Amino acid sequence: MTNLFAKRREELLALKALRDRQSHPSLGVSQAAPCPACGQPADQRELAKALYVCPNCGYHHPVGAYYRLRTILDPSSFRELDEDIGGLDPLHFPGYGEKAQAAEGKTGLKDAAVTCTGRIHGIRVAVGVLDSRFLMGSMGTAVGEKITRLIEHANKDKLPLILFSASGGARMQEGIVSLMQMAKTSAAMEQFSRNGGLSISVLTHPTTGGVTASFASLGDITLAEPGALIGFAGPRVIEQTIGQSLPEGFQRSEFQQEHGFVDAVVPRGALRDTLVQLLQLHRRGGKLA
Amino acid sequence: MSVLTPWERVAIARNPQRPGTEDYIAGLFADFFQQRGDRLQGDDPAIVGGIALYHGLPVTVIGHRKGHSLEERVACRFGMPNPEGYRKAQRLMLQAEKFRRPVITFIDTPGAYPGMEAEARGQGEAIASCLKIMSGLTVPAVAVVIGEGGSGGALALGVANTVLMLENAVYSVLSPEGFAAILWKDAARAEEASGVMKLTAQDLVSLGVADAVLPEPEGGAHNDPAAVLQTVDKALYQALSTLLRQSGTALRNQRYQKFRAMGSWPAKGANQ
Ligand SMILES: [Zn+2]
Repeated sequence: MTNLFAKRREELLALKALRDRQSHPSLGVSQAAPCPACGQPADQRELAKALYVCPNCGYHHPVGAYYRLRTILDPSSFRELDEDIGGLDPLHFPGYGEKAQAAEGKTGLKDAAVTCTGRIHGIRVAVGVLDSRFLMGSMGTAVGEKITRLIEHANKDKLPLILFSASGGARMQEGIVSLMQMAKTSAAMEQFSRNGGLSISVLTHPTTGGVTASFASLGDITLAEPGALIGFAGPRVIEQTIGQSLPEGFQRSEFQQEHGFVDAVVPRGALRDTLVQLLQLHRRGGKLA
Repeated sequence: MSVLTPWERVAIARNPQRPGTEDYIAGLFADFFQQRGDRLQGDDPAIVGGIALYHGLPVTVIGHRKGHSLEERVACRFGMPNPEGYRKAQRLMLQAEKFRRPVITFIDTPGAYPGMEAEARGQGEAIASCLKIMSGLTVPAVAVVIGEGGSGGALALGVANTVLMLENAVYSVLSPEGFAAILWKDAARAEEASGVMKLTAQDLVSLGVADAVLPEPEGGAHNDPAAVLQTVDKALYQALSTLLRQSGTALRNQRYQKFRAMGSWPAKGANQ
């Protein structure tokens, strides 16, 4: 019985992950689309095998939340949390409902976050993933609520917490209430950390604004995918402020590592192994051999 | 209270003659000792803080500083802090926790400074750590939004047990100009944006983000600073007296639940 359910769950995740790839603008099913970074056409099968990292230049294509989870979780271990949570509309902002509905139709997501429990190399974990295809991964009430519930779940069950960020910042359409999600998620991180919980923050392209200035910057360990844009203010706002253009590589993962805000820049293909290593290194107790 | 449009309130909130954090510190506290620097990089004049006596009780007071003269305003980058400002605030909050002093903050900023150096020194991390440290305090924390509450740079000082707001202060996810630029690709529609953003003190109380609206004199706080000081003093005194009766754990829990309830699911109340 249990095995049958596990198999169904796995099939569902596989289907959702497949849909992720197909609906991503840069991950069309048409073969030989040119890489947005180097322009080199890539064979789709080869690209899929490389976890959507360009074999020619190493460009990391954005990937959807379910696909991401498939790449790091043990098979059959995925259990989604709070699937039904969607966004609120505290401003009754004109056109917001339609926009969110269109995003849902395109991605199959209720909002920009997927949260779950699962296992990595047999170790139980709580994982949250932001999906930049849904209104740029912006954090409104749905993302804030789901991430907070996930952190509280990890706190209660004493699970390591892994958060993948990809976000344009606060969800403008939800106004001040979306700003408050920064306080809500940060307070949950504070409580989790005070109780000894391990959190690993993985920053992917792009992580900016209110997500950078809240839970994404509060991990015990911070990892980043190569070449991801990571910052508080967006490059255009900075350029407008200082009246000049920014140097190549500014605010990218490698820059953030150099400036002390990222422990390690980890290519997608090595990410699961790095997570396994970190989870194992955080096992408590034991004795000298 | 007078009836003004949100846009008129935005203008009043931004008036350079409006009382700022320095004015409240000078008017409401005794023996202020200013603490400078973040012990890492430097001192940011856009956030001012220190220890002072409030009605005889030692407190830590921290606020955004815009300055009044043009020279001051330029030095404070018009109230937009760098990471050093937020890290100074963290340092002061941790000392308040250590010495069991209540924390009182004054919020008045268009937002954190979007500069190259600010980014290189981790503006996002600095704000995030402020949120984390303030949410974990086991001493009372009261925030007063006295002018502009712009974005994460304002919230960094706003994770308080009680959030008070002056009648003509505004508090929003982004400036109306920025909001209009992002959603309508037209910063010139800022006035229209201010009308839909629910950024007035009354809106924020209805949304459960602020606890009380503090009335201002006709035309705004700058018309009668002495009267505003008195209003703020009374509200602050009352808020602190109530909070001082609670245990440290109760204070931290109350603060947690307060922010936890914002935008929770399923939606509660008529405004969400
Ligand atoms: Zn390429």
